[in-house]
Amino acid sequence: MTFVPLESIRKTVSNQKLQSAIYASTGRLISKRRSTVAAEALPDYQQLRTQANAIKRHTLDHLDVYLEEFERNVKAHRGKVIWCETGADVADFILGLAKERGAKLIVKSKSMTTEEIDLNERLEQHHLEAVETDLGEYIVQLAHERPFHIVAPALHKTRYDVADLFTKKLGVEREEEIEKQTMIARSVLREKFLAADLGVTGANFLIADSGAAVVVENEGNARLSSSAPKIHVVVAGIEKLIPRARDVPVFLKLLGRSATGQPLTVYTSFLSGPQRGGESDGPREFYVVLLDNGRTKLLADKDKRESLFCIRCGACLNHCPVYRRIGGHNYPGVYSGPIGAIITPQYHGVLQDPWLPYASSLCGACAEVCPVKIDIPRLLLELRGEVARGQTAKHENGAERRAFRLFAWFATRPGLYAFAAAIGAMLAPRGEDGWLRSWPLFPRPKPLINWLSQRDLPAPARQSFRQWWRARPPKAGS
Amino acid sequence: MSREAILWRVRSALRRTEGQAAPPPPELYLPVPAVDLETRIASFTAALEALSGRVIRVARPAEARSVVADLIGGASAVASDSAFLRACGIPSLPGVCWEFASAAALRQARAEAEFGITSAHYALADTGSLVLMSGFEESRLVSLLPPKHIAVVPESRLISGLDELLTLVPTPADRTSAMTIITGPSRTADIEQILVRGVHGPGVITVIFVAASA
Repeated sequence: MTFVPLESIRKTVSNQKLQSAIYASTGRLISKRRSTVAAEALPDYQQLRTQANAIKRHTLDHLDVYLEEFERNVKAHRGKVIWCETGADVADFILGLAKERGAKLIVKSKSMTTEEIDLNERLEQHHLEAVETDLGEYIVQLAHERPFHIVAPALHKTRYDVADLFTKKLGVEREEEIEKQTMIARSVLREKFLAADLGVTGANFLIADSGAAVVVENEGNARLSSSAPKIHVVVAGIEKLIPRARDVPVFLKLLGRSATGQPLTVYTSFLSGPQRGGESDGPREFYVVLLDNGRTKLLADKDKRESLFCIRCGACLNHCPVYRRIGGHNYPGVYSGPIGAIITPQYHGVLQDPWLPYASSLCGACAEVCPVKIDIPRLLLELRGEVARGQTAKHENGAERRAFRLFAWFATRPGLYAFAAAIGAMLAPRGEDGWLRSWPLFPRPKPLINWLSQRDLPAPARQSFRQWWRARPPKAGS
Repeated sequence: MSREAILWRVRSALRRTEGQAAPPPPELYLPVPAVDLETRIASFTAALEALSGRVIRVARPAEARSVVADLIGGASAVASDSAFLRACGIPSLPGVCWEFASAAALRQARAEAEFGITSAHYALADTGSLVLMSGFEESRLVSLLPPKHIAVVPESRLISGLDELLTLVPTPADRTSAMTIITGPSRTADIEQILVRGVHGPGVITVIFVAASA
């Protein structure tokens, strides 16, 4: 495997403070989720998962119909739908709109979709200030970093990191109390909300029969971003569609519980069109940007289509033994964890980060907790197959293939295999793990050294399986 | 054009043709339980109190008025233009503003007031939530900008939960540009997963249920 960010992974794994922060945070999210989906708390949990899966499958299988219905209904409520093939298209649209309306300041609420297309960077290049307003996102933006986790972007930052950051970037007096830090952010961002010309939010769901965007949050920053400025722009992937507003409860009941163990998040907004007659506030203009950016590629791949079911709850990250060790920043895309390993290759192809589908123990915890029942381990295996086929076609990674071919040659010749195993067992030292690594006589070509840096063969047992099998006592009664 | 390009890619990915209809979506799953009023009140109260919200029950609109007067204690408050709040006499309380000369003045008041007073179109018993639809009676910012939120709601609007809400309002967009479900005070746990209330929205929320509608 090439391109594994080994150095950076080593740094994460050996950073005790970071390790305990990741472990404690994900652990808390695990136990909160567990108590809210337990049978006493939510008797129809499994039924809800099945229903959510069926709705997503149906919608994506007939996505063209729902996209058109959605567009019609947004128009009916005097909103506009903007279709964008890439992130650059989204930035161009927002830049054009801002220029036309003379907008200088943009407030943004947390959206993985805009992270995915680096919207802030693109806008900044054109001297537009785009401020993240979710507390975690704001911290990450001030630090010029990527979100560490889909729902908890600043999971890796301690209060002392935040104190340093606020002192340096906001020029405020050093404050180490979390509550006071939060209030500093509140007052800085409140000014921004009231001064902003344009608000950008994501959407958790787009409802075809209503032309509405559903936005779910805890802080109130998405409500402010969508209500205070004169213009509201929703940026969402085309996979966010669901047919009816009446399908939303199924997803809401699953999303809050799976993400943070809340039966319902604090604010759920159904937003459709600009302010209407009789309303005293709300935006004058309402746009929904529908983004493709590789999603139609996943849609065309029948095996991987179900990765588009994802509702971005983050439960698979919290439960993943690999994520819990290496954290969010070692994954190559903005989407980390098991689902990130499946979504990320849609942008650059699977051979850009061939190690990604292997960053999993295939333990299946992710599939078990997924609220929309995405079979993540199966998809990871599919991707491993793609990596292997792609590398074979490009004549990469020959050593590993030759090693396995050699193994297959022995393994399909029982006599020879037994003979070789017996010799191996005779020569190997007894009961020592890491024996292959430390064995002085063994020839070690580079690929083997790489392989050994991560693991070793267990020391061979004194008695081989075949010997044990022959010598085992006869079963009682047979 | 991007629209045609994306739709073309979607259709070819799905092997579908333009204008081809979709079969009906999966049958709805909206189980509405039958729950009596006392149970709904108890469940709402337990759910909201678990989120550090407060629930007060009064018999008559006039009592709601004096409870609100005690809560705000003369501090600045802004009220939404709801018929029920008017029936309770809330707008005439000292310190409460509710009529404004301009949109700018209105916004200013909402941004500076200590309390935001609203009613609600519905309340959801199982989650302790309020449902507000922006329109003639409710706005978006009264329940959002001030640090404290008081909602005065007739008991008759307390329904069992989300499923009943969407059964009663099958397409919210037909009624309002913004339907907001509020479940407890604004909160964050973005720094070290320590819970802090009132990050962008109100940190304190009090719901007053009134038994007799005005």
